[in-house]
Amino acid sequence: MSSILPIAFDGIAYASWLFLISAGLTLIYGVMRILNVAHGSLYALGAYAACSLAGAWLGGGLPAAGSFAMLLLAAVLVGSLVGPLIERGLLQWMYGKDEVVLVLVTYAVFLIMEDVIKLVWGVDSLLLPEPYALPGNFQLGGLPYPVYNVVLIALALATGLALAWALYRTRQGKLLLAVIHDREMSMAMGINVSRVYLATFAVGATLAALGGAFTAPTIAVTPGIGVEVIVLAFAVVVIGGLGSLGGAALGALLVGLVRSATVRYWPEAELFSIYAVMAMVLIARPKGLFAAQEARKI
Amino acid sequence: MKAAIVAIASLVALTGLALLSPQWLVFMAMLALAKGVVVLGLLVLMRTGLVSFGQGLYFGIGAYAAALLSHHLHVADAAVMLLAGAAAAGLVAALLGLLLARYRDIFFAMLSLAFSMILYGVLVKSAALGSTDGFNLHARTFFGVALASGAERRVFLIAGAVCAVVAALLVHRLLGGHWGRLATGVRDNELRVAYLGASPYRVVYVNYLIAGALAGLGGALAALAVGHVDPEMTYWTTSGEFVFIAILGGIQSILAPFVAATIFEALRMIASQYAPNVWQMSLGLAMLTIIMFLPAGLWTLAERRRRSA
Repeated sequence: MSSILPIAFDGIAYASWLFLISAGLTLIYGVMRILNVAHGSLYALGAYAACSLAGAWLGGGLPAAGSFAMLLLAAVLVGSLVGPLIERGLLQWMYGKDEVVLVLVTYAVFLIMEDVIKLVWGVDSLLLPEPYALPGNFQLGGLPYPVYNVVLIALALATGLALAWALYRTRQGKLLLAVIHDREMSMAMGINVSRVYLATFAVGATLAALGGAFTAPTIAVTPGIGVEVIVLAFAVVVIGGLGSLGGAALGALLVGLVRSATVRYWPEAELFSIYAVMAMVLIARPKGLFAAQEARKI
Repeated sequence: MKAAIVAIASLVALTGLALLSPQWLVFMAMLALAKGVVVLGLLVLMRTGLVSFGQGLYFGIGAYAAALLSHHLHVADAAVMLLAGAAAAGLVAALLGLLLARYRDIFFAMLSLAFSMILYGVLVKSAALGSTDGFNLHARTFFGVALASGAERRVFLIAGAVCAVVAALLVHRLLGGHWGRLATGVRDNELRVAYLGASPYRVVYVNYLIAGALAGLGGALAALAVGHVDPEMTYWTTSGEFVFIAILGGIQSILAPFVAATIFEALRMIASQYAPNVWQMSLGLAMLTIIMFLPAGLWTLAERRRRSA
């Protein structure tokens, strides 16, 4: 009993982190039918930007609490600058190609961005420990836990709710759902699909960067962090059903809990467990837990 | 007839290369050959319209099977290692294929990726197999004949060339006939193939099996070339590399995988020599250019020239 609480807490914290990254991935896939490998480098870019911005903020002797705002700013900057750059500069010429070819296109973008990051920030690790240590610890089952993880959970919850609200309750969101349902019909009804794609990719990129920015204080930011993340996010998104926001949340929770239980009882099997969950879900439900209904066209 | 001439010519050329060129070139040619064999398998699979992002699984199984023979069973015969690599990978492909042959498109790609990442997770954490560092292997004989030190790689290259040429000829025969047309049929319209009385599941399953065994053979070749195996061979970026080479070459010709793999290895060597900081970037840019302007791969260039001539 005493170990269930820490496992659940660890799992939910990890799930929050996963959800932040996977939500953007599943959103982009749902709308644009692109499984975006470059999502991993957008995540890395968010982490690097956060290190630079928050580092400059703290280095300038400004109030430490403001570094959280810098993390957010870093994510928004990356999302609104680099996201549109990729979509307008490259992806918009590729629509209509095979899904697997689009994976390769974004894989190429990923390779390019990995080197860009190295050229800009160098190959040494960057550290940003302040925002992590700042909120302090609390006790759970006799063990100290960082409050930062609670911040992470709150952020993921807020992001998830905001996304759901924007999708199902606003006019823009309903237009988006129409585009997902039937792209050609939406165009015929006068929806500017090109603009919808641009906005979707920018939002997705921001979510990836947000995940990176808020991870930066907990890790050493080094080249290659994007590689690790992307397949994890793939696993989550595929478990939930490509293109489903609720699926991404459930997938993240499932993976998070399984992972934290595995880490507790059988630490060697950590990576194994995550992909085993993915394989088992896909075997039982080939299109994931909440696969979007295929619209029937006559 | 034409295929036989090309096969004999490549064998002669590769043997000459193995005997006469400096060690570094032999090493590079060996790696290109190993990757070419893996991509040849990918080509078989792609004829059915499926792309596996998890060939690293079989590449790794082939390499580790070869390496484990010398490590645990003290079998250090290169020929046995190559056979074991292909057989082990083929066996696993025969099992996983039962499941994977049900999937198409992106789900096939992702599930194959998941399986390769499971193996990666296992290898990284298993101390007995050297975790992230991997371990070395030593081939000391070839068909029972002791190998002179310094000449092993040259022998391996000739052995690799024989394997590759035989594999390419078999694949050429297979895809040039009834089976190849069935595979293309599955890619274009699966339902129609089923109506005509053939089983798309069986076509996909057998092609997956072939692709797995070939990737295992390639893995064993690479392990012999490098003399070392590590989990990186099963990581998804390795699988991505194979898909990249396949797209680079195109899927029209049996020679394309080998030509593309050679170009890839040469590019990689030049780039890491002269532009070590941006070699991934060069790779990415090359990839985008090919997808944009040569959607059927480099082979379209050769085809175009032939047609205009």
